[in-house]
Amino acid sequence: MATKHSRSAARLMMAPAVILLLGWMLVPLIMTLIFSFKQYLPLRGGDLGWVGFDNYVRFVSSSAFWPSVVATLTIVGGVLLITVIIGVLLAILLNQPMWGQGVVRILVIAPFFVMPTVSALVWKNMFMDPVNGLFAHLWRFFGAEPIAWLSEASLPSIVLIVSWQWLPFATLILLTAIQSLDGEQLEAAEMDGAPPLKRFGYITLPHLSRAITIVVLIQTIFLLAIFAEIFVTTGGAFGTRTLTYLIFQRVLESQNVGLGSAGGVYAIILANIVAIFLMRIVGKNLDA
Amino acid sequence: MGQIKLNQVTKSFGDVQVIPPLDLTIGDGEFTVFVGPSGCGKSTLLRLIAGLEDITTGHIEIDGSDATDVPPAKRGLAMVFQSYALYPHMSVRKNIAFPMKMAGIDEDEQNRRIEGAAKALNLTDYLDRRPGQLSGGQRQRVAIGRAIVREPAAFLFDEPLSNLDAALRVGMRLEISELHERLKTTMIYVTHDQVEAMTMADKIVVLRAGVIEQVGSPLELYHSPRNEFVAGFIGSPKMNLISGAEAEKNGATTIGIRPEHTDVSMTDGVWKGVVGVAEHLGSDTFIHVHDTGLADMVTVRITGDIQAKHGDTIYLTPQMDKLHKFDAQGLRIE
Amino acid sequence: MARAVTQQRKIINTAAAWGVGLLIFFPILWTVLTSFKTEATAIADPPVFLAFDWTLENYSAVMERSNYARFLWNSIIIAGGSTILGIIVAVPAAWSMAFVPSTRTKDILLWMLSTKMLPAVGVLYPIYLICIKLGVLDSRGALVIILMLMNLPIIVWMLYTYFKEIPGEILEAARMDGATLKEEILYVLTPMAVPGIASTLLLNFILAWNEAFWTLNLTAANAAPLTAFIASYSSPEGLFFAKLSAASTMAIAPILILGWFSQKQLVSGLTFGAVK
Repeated sequence: MATKHSRSAARLMMAPAVILLLGWMLVPLIMTLIFSFKQYLPLRGGDLGWVGFDNYVRFVSSSAFWPSVVATLTIVGGVLLITVIIGVLLAILLNQPMWGQGVVRILVIAPFFVMPTVSALVWKNMFMDPVNGLFAHLWRFFGAEPIAWLSEASLPSIVLIVSWQWLPFATLILLTAIQSLDGEQLEAAEMDGAPPLKRFGYITLPHLSRAITIVVLIQTIFLLAIFAEIFVTTGGAFGTRTLTYLIFQRVLESQNVGLGSAGGVYAIILANIVAIFLMRIVGKNLDA
Repeated sequence: MGQIKLNQVTKSFGDVQVIPPLDLTIGDGEFTVFVGPSGCGKSTLLRLIAGLEDITTGHIEIDGSDATDVPPAKRGLAMVFQSYALYPHMSVRKNIAFPMKMAGIDEDEQNRRIEGAAKALNLTDYLDRRPGQLSGGQRQRVAIGRAIVREPAAFLFDEPLSNLDAALRVGMRLEISELHERLKTTMIYVTHDQVEAMTMADKIVVLRAGVIEQVGSPLELYHSPRNEFVAGFIGSPKMNLISGAEAEKNGATTIGIRPEHTDVSMTDGVWKGVVGVAEHLGSDTFIHVHDTGLADMVTVRITGDIQAKHGDTIYLTPQMDKLHKFDAQGLRIE
Repeated sequence: MARAVTQQRKIINTAAAWGVGLLIFFPILWTVLTSFKTEATAIADPPVFLAFDWTLENYSAVMERSNYARFLWNSIIIAGGSTILGIIVAVPAAWSMAFVPSTRTKDILLWMLSTKMLPAVGVLYPIYLICIKLGVLDSRGALVIILMLMNLPIIVWMLYTYFKEIPGEILEAARMDGATLKEEILYVLTPMAVPGIASTLLLNFILAWNEAFWTLNLTAANAAPLTAFIASYSSPEGLFFAKLSAASTMAIAPILILGWFSQKQLVSGLTFGAVK
């Protein structure tokens, strides 16, 4: 759909973005790969030579590894479950006729724009503090013993904080998807005698399935990488050390770069597995 | 001046050749219409002439000089697009001025031409509006205005009326024809509507699958279509094409008779059939006749009204001197 | 189309939606309210909702103590710089992909998307090392570049999606009218794409503003933006609820306001056009 002239101009104009991203992807990736095969301790002797797959084996066999996988899966799974289920319900609610819909939308979306460090700190101190937090006040009001949330129920607490941050995203996308549902389809189903619950099950939910898949995939990629929320709340203690956080600790805190890099490669592979599914969907959409 | 000559032009998209080698000359001042069913390559051909697409092989000459590798802006052609392609963020005045601004024409001259075009096109009151505030017909006129002020060697129209409603289309058709009468500039007009082609063209180019089926004046095409395709495509309602015994009787594989060249009687005639649907337009009546044993359906057109209802028996008599004959290859037999 | 909804149902809907909306918004509201309380009122049991002596002392305390202005300035430079730089790189690329698509366009778009999926922690040390080697650790410039690269795929995608909606015929008309490529992009495409470019700017500014991996790991005293400023309240100052609230309010207020303007673009931007 164009001439030779415009095609060569197009290539030229695409070059900066492509070259930059290529560099951004390849250079650190190759470095991480190289480090992962080395004994590399910047503070204790630096580059101590090649060690083959040692780091990969050690990363997986360390006592911290499996708990970190469990913590990661718990957080990702918990947040997905909460945000998708509540998100669907909320999207349906927000799609109903009401007064002040625009304002409610804004209220619901707001948490997404809150800096992760802020939301983590606010939740940690003002809500979950075992002495002065609002939850503690609430528990005492009902005569219960306040809970030290972030140490006694650390994973659920993190799940709650992160869900609060991501619920707006899920709701907004699902709401957009619901609004794109053809009202005549629902009316046709109603004419065909389908009661509301059946209409939801047979028409609304299938219509939402694609949006739900996208929410799940995109959130998974972001959730696998959550960092600040753990950094400022528990610092990885009380069983909240996720894979990401474990790698961070190996690399920057204990400065065992080789080991951390091996972990990084695992993280990259994990993210790519999810990414492939996401790209399939996005790619299909490009063809349409 | 605006003579355009295509010399062995081809166009391929990847491995698919959409236009096989094609020769065509469009004379200076001629109103030429490319017509054909959708996907026949008529728009592609226009875009090749405009320079919006590269031709794969061959040459394009404009006014005797080779324009094959000349970029669109330098070909001296103006184009009116199907979607009008007005710049939505500019006022009508700025839209019309844009090509002149790009050409570096001084402002007094720009204003003079804008005023002239606006007057000719009835746009004077709308010069300060945005395209979004105009009706479809007005937008169309702005697009034409933008083309006129460049004083191009030729105008290219890409299905310019297809986004307008039926009533407006007839009006704009007249306006474009009048514009051509006044400017006497070469115009190439692409359409899939054979009525537009018949009413506007000096010369019609009928295309199918990138191949020119016939070139000629509207009446040439009507009276002596070169093949079955042109015969079926030009004229409304369509020509009845009949093959089989009836055709062989006339020494042809297929015979064609236009609906308006068939006499109708309720009592006797050459062919007998049953009335399916009779469409009464007042001035004319179209009768779709079944069970003639000739073809699935034969359409006839008679002037005025006739009392024919669904299920009536009807007799048709073709006017033999208006009969078209085609051979096994679908080519006309003289 | 729609039938008249009974007034009663509408009232129930409204009450339910407002209830849920306020519940979700409550932590933010509570933070803002607390920021105007004294430290003693902030931890009072039972909690005080509105009937307290409003004070601005926390804001002045925060400003005095931690040089808030510098953190704010760093945030503005980093988020603004990376976004503008990203737009400059992305506009020509998006133009190419939207208007001169080739067989590889789709692959390139998906590949760009895939770089966004790369977990930051996987490349933490190399980036850290490169920054040290180049002497740009804890510099705003480095973060501008890094966040630009991080968000470039989203910027390209968003612009591509917007450009796709601009009919190619208009650009062809400009070409027929004698515009050069530069004039075509400058006089025709850009003005038409202003809404799209603006929302892309907005969303990416927000994303960069809230970015809390690289900003925490690659900055110290010099280039630290507001994310790090807040993180420094982790403990023990975090126990001073009123001051924490004031600091938090200052960090999120500007972006909350911008965010409300960009909620529509949020969806198409973050789903790469897969949900419209």
